Order: sequence, then structure tokens, then C-alpha cells
Amino acid sequence: MRRLHWWQRGLVGVSLGVLAFLYLPIVMLVIFSFNDSKVTSFPLSGFTLHWYEAFLANAQMLRALANSLWVALFATALSVVIGVTAALALDRYDFPGKRLFQNVILLPLSLPGIVTGIAMLNFYKQIGIPQSLTAVVIGHATALLGVVVSQVMARLAKINRRQFEASADLGATPFETFRHVTLPGIRSAIVGSALLCFTLSFDEIPVTYFLTGREVTLPIYIYSTLRRGITPEINAIGTVIVAVSFVLIVLSVTLLRDRERS
Amino acid sequence: MTLTRRTIPGFAALFSLPLAWVLLLMVVPYAIMISVGFWTRQFPLFYPDFQFGNYAQILADPQYTTVILRTLKIAACVTVCALLLGYPLAYFLVFTVRSQKLRNLLYMSVIVPLWVSYLLRAYTWKIILGTDGALNSLLVSTGLVSAPLDIFLYNQTAMVVTLVYIFVPFMVMPLFTVLDNIPRRLIEASEDLGVGPFMTFWKVIFPLSLGGVIAGATMTFCLSFGDFVAPVLVGGPDGTMVANLLQTQFGAALNWPLGSALATLVLALVLILLQLSSRLDRAGRVDLA
Amino acid sequence: MTSSPIVALDGVQKRYGAFVALHETDLAIAEGEFVTLLGPSGCGKTTTLRLVGGFEEASAGRIAIAGEDVTERPPYRRPVNTVFQDYALFPHMSVAENIGYGLTVRSGRIGRAERDRRVADALSMVGLDGMAERRPGALSGGQRQRVAMARAIVRRPRVLLLDEPLSALDVKLREGMQVELKRLHRELGITFLMVTHDQTEALALSDRIVVMNQGRIAQIGSPTELYDHPASPYVADFIGAANLLDAQALGGGAFRLAGGQTMASRRADAAAGRKVSLGIRPERLLVASSAGGNALDCTVTERLFHGDRLRVELALDGATRPLFAEMARTAAAEGFAPGSRVTVHADPADVMVFETGDRP
Repeated sequence: MRRLHWWQRGLVGVSLGVLAFLYLPIVMLVIFSFNDSKVTSFPLSGFTLHWYEAFLANAQMLRALANSLWVALFATALSVVIGVTAALALDRYDFPGKRLFQNVILLPLSLPGIVTGIAMLNFYKQIGIPQSLTAVVIGHATALLGVVVSQVMARLAKINRRQFEASADLGATPFETFRHVTLPGIRSAIVGSALLCFTLSFDEIPVTYFLTGREVTLPIYIYSTLRRGITPEINAIGTVIVAVSFVLIVLSVTLLRDRERS
Repeated sequence: MTLTRRTIPGFAALFSLPLAWVLLLMVVPYAIMISVGFWTRQFPLFYPDFQFGNYAQILADPQYTTVILRTLKIAACVTVCALLLGYPLAYFLVFTVRSQKLRNLLYMSVIVPLWVSYLLRAYTWKIILGTDGALNSLLVSTGLVSAPLDIFLYNQTAMVVTLVYIFVPFMVMPLFTVLDNIPRRLIEASEDLGVGPFMTFWKVIFPLSLGGVIAGATMTFCLSFGDFVAPVLVGGPDGTMVANLLQTQFGAALNWPLGSALATLVLALVLILLQLSSRLDRAGRVDLA
Repeated sequence: MTSSPIVALDGVQKRYGAFVALHETDLAIAEGEFVTLLGPSGCGKTTTLRLVGGFEEASAGRIAIAGEDVTERPPYRRPVNTVFQDYALFPHMSVAENIGYGLTVRSGRIGRAERDRRVADALSMVGLDGMAERRPGALSGGQRQRVAMARAIVRRPRVLLLDEPLSALDVKLREGMQVELKRLHRELGITFLMVTHDQTEALALSDRIVVMNQGRIAQIGSPTELYDHPASPYVADFIGAANLLDAQALGGGAFRLAGGQTMASRRADAAAGRKVSLGIRPERLLVASSAGGNALDCTVTERLFHGDRLRVELALDGATRPLFAEMARTAAAEGFAPGSRVTVHADPADVMVFETGDRP
């Protein structure tokens, strides 16, 4: 082993610092969710599960949670169905306007959500649809399409084209080829991007902010509570959300990673 | 496949739903938003029109220009800071960590926070930087300061810190990908030709990673430019950003035409940046085969 | 070797965890030699080259180049340059920038005019005049190969390392480049150390070949030595080709094959009763329809057309492994259809004998 140069050690230092920067705040959130005090300050004053009990007893919060779960579920289902068909079409066919279509569908990935939210709000207003959770579902599905399309297309690009030709050569119809060759190849990308969509929709703020009506989602509920002030209850629900998201995201990233072995 | 009489039915079956969705729910809404930007307002109603009054107002009224310039400044700061933190981290992951397993684990641990509740991650900085927050209480209890400081929260620095925190993974992702794609042979070739690690970085690695720098910077800039949660949670009186203005136009101020015009400007900015970045990226792209 | 070697490996070993890529190895290469490391993939040849280049660190042993111990030195402090297998050209630099790269940095810095001159010289030496401003992406495989060569020689290394330099080229181009390599070696007068898995390439180019197997040197020698006097069945089969027959020594240069037939060798003997391998090169087996001395009875199983030559696969009575024989395309040879009974003769001077313990 060659010894590390000073600059390499510096690099290690900076990198560990950035990693700490990424995780310390989350650790704080978790710590204070168990801290027996109304303020989030050191030294810690004792262990409590009170804040968890509080949010479990908060009917409004639980209702918002249920809303969020439904919204995320439907938005994900829509994104996956539309996103996968779009990815297949984009991958397989050349047609006029392909690049433009692709750019439009991927635009929400780098466009601040607030613009999408405002555009859809204007649209709903014009066609007379009221702000509601349904409006939110459609908004989320639209904003998250890009996630599914980009991930599934990336996977499709890695599949050896000859497999499709071989399948057709062996007498499979296009649908059979999709079922037996294409789908197994992209299945983990679909599941991975679905998990990602679910988490993102569950946490979505900017689009939801403009499209939601009387019924709110959990992030909007938290957001409006926060504007009034901090309660450790938020730390508790926050810890739960972070924990669940973590599991879903790790799962998703694992599934989306190129399976280099195959 | 190109479209022929034989392939059109399959294509139509696949493509009609996504096309309809994109047209109806993306193209049409953006078009409506853009056209509402030309409408006039007579409180509390809006009338279809075609005039540039809203744009003129946005670009002439210091109330708006200040916020736009500030947002540009903050987004630029966030981008630069994220790059300065993200590049060493990506470099470290790709070139210093030798074990593939450890590298994947660390990379995952960098990008996972990116998708974890954006609201809560902004919120954590509120509980850290607040007057009776974690940082202050830590400083007081260790005796470094005698009374809690209120200089941490509700200012532009807090916003930059929070936004950098949120967007660093966005920077690391493309950087990691480009660095990881640089064939190790090129670095060996450079060292073989008598070039030390520093110059090898400067002449080989860095130029070949520019695509990732551009991609990461574009994403970070666009997304932090349109952020409205950080200003609300940790920004102070001088922390209003464009997104907060937008919020107001569709809320209390009830001026949708002006809001739509402003949102159109944001859309235009993002499109220009994306175009610019893809052009830069294409110009700089080299055949690594 | 009289003068001190330009490259000397002394007990060099390379381990990756429990896996030993290169067992303790000694190797000395003389100034100006063209030495080839030859072997199948995973034999340790590339590891050896990378150890000399400084891309791998030896787990044990010392490496000296031009009399200086370079074991601890990084690649950029070693007086060698490498032509990489996939060329490793910098894609963001022009051909001229690629070639001049090693002359712009501190360790090789020279004046601009001098640099331009040397780049131009190197370009014309590899026959690429007029290509200076191209990007590597716009070059053909053969042209990239030449740029890689030019880039490596422009710093005037003491030793040029070549890692499978021709493997990415198609057959026709490869043969042309072999001539080029030989010419460059002669004109430059520096030491070449090349890695290849292609024995034809090694035989055609090298002064000496180092045959490697499973992380060890199996044999070192000139191409003719290796071809005529392989030290083991492994080398016999790797350099050229060999029919290997399990046999038992009967004493007096006679051997009994597995099927009961006998063969004689004038090249070596073994104590009666010892198990040995007999090696006979396919082109040394004479196939005939009638009996003769030192002959084996066989049946033709396949006949393959190789242009001016024919290759015949034979089933030896009582043996499981087939024999191969190669011969000129004569009218008689054309008659050996599959199924015909033939006898094959071998001159006892062409029958190699390997004690089975020899196997490396």
C-alpha cells in the first residue's frame, strides 16, 4: 500500500465532512423526536415517546397522512403506466418530434415544481376543475412521469437489441416478446422507479401547494404547522417519514442500479 | 425502428396514451399559463388580453427586480458551494475508495438523502439554527457563548446552507457518473508519461468531468432558483425568493396574470439554461471509447 | 548476459488477498532486447508488465530499471513508457496534444520549438504526417495504435512497454503493424517489453520469449529454442501446436501408448516404467496408407481444408484423444477421406519426451 499523500488525506477529510453534513441534521431530527422537552436544545432532557403518542392521537395529522398515502399510490400507478409505455415507444421507434417529446416529458425533473403547479392551477381553473386531491394526483403523476421514463429508458438502452430479434425470430409475437423478454429485463427498473415516485409524491410540496383544496396532504399539513412554530410532534412524524423513505429509497436505488453481473 | 406501414399500429398502441397525457396535461397547461401572463387584472377578476404590462411591471418594479436578482445570487451561491463540496466527495468516492463494495455503499448513502423528504430536510435546519435550537444550545452549554445568538437563522446564509444541504447530492450524482466513466487507463497513461497526480487531475480528469459539472450545476441552479420552502422556513425578511412572490400572486395578492408572467419567466430561464447546458455538454463531449 | 540488465525483477511477487497473480519471479532483460511475455489470460504476463510500469505495487521483491531500484516509485518517476492495450488516448486532446503531453509536464519539459519538432518527428516515424490536429475519435483503429506508439516513444524511454498492442486490430492490419513494430525497434534501439497471448506474434517479433503459466515463468528462450526444445508439454502446446500422447517408458527410447501401440524417440529416454507424455508436432506426422517404421494405426475422422495445406483429424486405435496431422495438399493427401484407415509415421528425432512430473 502506497501511503496517502497529504492532499489525499485532505480529500478524505472533506469527504467525511460532507457526509457528516448530509447526515447530522437527520440525526438531530431523530434525537429530538425522543427528547423530553418542548424545545430542540442541548443538553437533552430525557427520553420520551410522548411526541409519538401525540401524533398518533392527532386526528388531523392522521387524516393528512392517509390522504398522502392515497395520493402517492394513485399518482405512482398513473406515472408507471404512462411512463413505461412512453419509454417503450421512445426506445423502440423513431418518429418526428421524438426529441421534443422526450424533452417535454423530462422537463419537470429540472423545472422547479412551483412552475408545474402554477401551470396546472391555471389549467384546472380554465376547464373548471376544483382544487382537490384528484387534482393533486394528476399533478403528481405529470410531474413524476420523467422519473419513470428516464429510469426505464436507461435500462432499455442497456438491453441487447438482438434479444428482441431473437425472440421474434423464434416466433414470439410483439406482445409475447414484451412479456417474456422486455418485461423481465426492465422489471426491477419499473419497481425501483415506482418506489421512488411513491416517496417523491408522498413528500411533494410545490405542486400540491397549488392544487390541493380543503383536504390536505401530510407535507402541506406539516408545512402550515411549521409556519406557526415548531412542535416536537413534527420531529416524531418526521422521524417516521424519514425512516420509511429511507427503506423505500434504498430499495429503489438498489433495484435501479445497473445489474452489472447480468 | 422507423415508422412504416408495418410498425405504425404497434407504435400507435404504445404511444397514444403518453402523447395524449403530455399534450393535455403538460403542453396545454404550460400554454395556458403563458397566455394568462398576458391577461389584465381588474381586481378581483382577470380578463383575457394580449399585453406586456405584467412583464413590464416585473422588470421595472424594484420590488420584483430585487427579488429576482437576489434569487439569482442565492442560486449561484448554492451552485458554487454545492460544487465545491460535491466535487471532492465524488472524486474521493471514485478514485480514493478502492473497495467496490464500500464505494457503492458510500455513493448510496450520498444520494439517498436526496429523495428523502425535502420538507423535513429543510425543516431540520430550522431546529438546528434557531435561537433555542441545537447549535445555540450546544454553544451555550459548552460555554463558547454566554447567551443564544440569533445570527444563525432567518438570513440568507441560513438559506444557502439549507439549499446546499438539499442539493449537494444532485451535484454528486452526475459528477460520480462522469468520473467513474473515465477509463483508469487514461490516468495510468498520464502517469506513464511522467505526469504527477496534480497535473493529471488538471489536464486529464477535470476536463473529462466537465460534462458532469455542467449537468450538476444546471440542476442545482434551476431547482434552488425555484425553491420556496427554504425561504419560508429559514429565510429572514430579506430572504424572499421568486417562488415566494409567485405564492403571493396566487394567494393574498390575487394577481394570477402577473404570477403567470413571472412563472413564465422562470420557465424560460430554466429552458434557456437546459439548452445552454446540453449545447455545452455536446460541444465538450468526447468519445471515450 | 554480460552487461547489467536494463530491467531486473528480483523475487517479485504480486498477491491480491489470497490470490497470487505472480509467484516469486526473477527476470533480467538486456538493453536493446525485444522480449515478449507470452501466455493465456490470467497467466501473470500483464501483471508483470504493470509491475514494471509502476501501475501495480509489488507485494514482495525488487524491480530495477537501468540499474536503479524503482520498486517504490510511481509510474511518473520511471524511465519507461507504455503503449496501452486499448491505447488510452486522451479523447479531449488532438493527436499532437496527445503526443506532446509527456513533454509539457515538469518531468519532461522542453522548449516549445523542440517539442513541436519532436512531436512532428514522432508523427512521421509512425507514418501519421498531417494528422496532428485530428481528435482520437476521428481516427481508425490502426491510426490510434500509431498515435499510442508515438506518444510513448516521444519521451525516449529506456524501455518501451507494450500491452497487447495489436490485439484490437484486425488480422490484415496486425500483420502490417508487426513489421512496423520490428522496424521501430531497430530504428529506436531501445528495449521493448511486450505482452501478448498470440504466439505467432511473439515468435515473429521477439528476441526472447518468456512463456508464462499460472503466475510463473514456464520457460525463457529464443523463439527457435522454444519451438525446437520446449521444456514442458505446456510450452510445446502453447508455442506452435503439439499432439500429446500419454505413454509409458519401456527403456531404450521405446514407449508404449495407451492403446498398446509403441513409438520410439531419439530425443530423450526415461527409465522403464515411468509415465511420460510424448509430443509430436502436427506437421511432423506423416500420414500414409501403407505401413512404415515408427508408425501408428489410425482412422481418419475429419479432413479440414486450409488453403495450401490440409489438416487431418485422426482417431488413434485404443486412445481417446484425437491426433492432428498437417500436410501439403497433394493428390495422396486429398485421398484421406473420413473413415479411411491410415498409418502415421514420426521420425524418432521428432518425438519429444516429457516426464509427466515436468508439467508446470
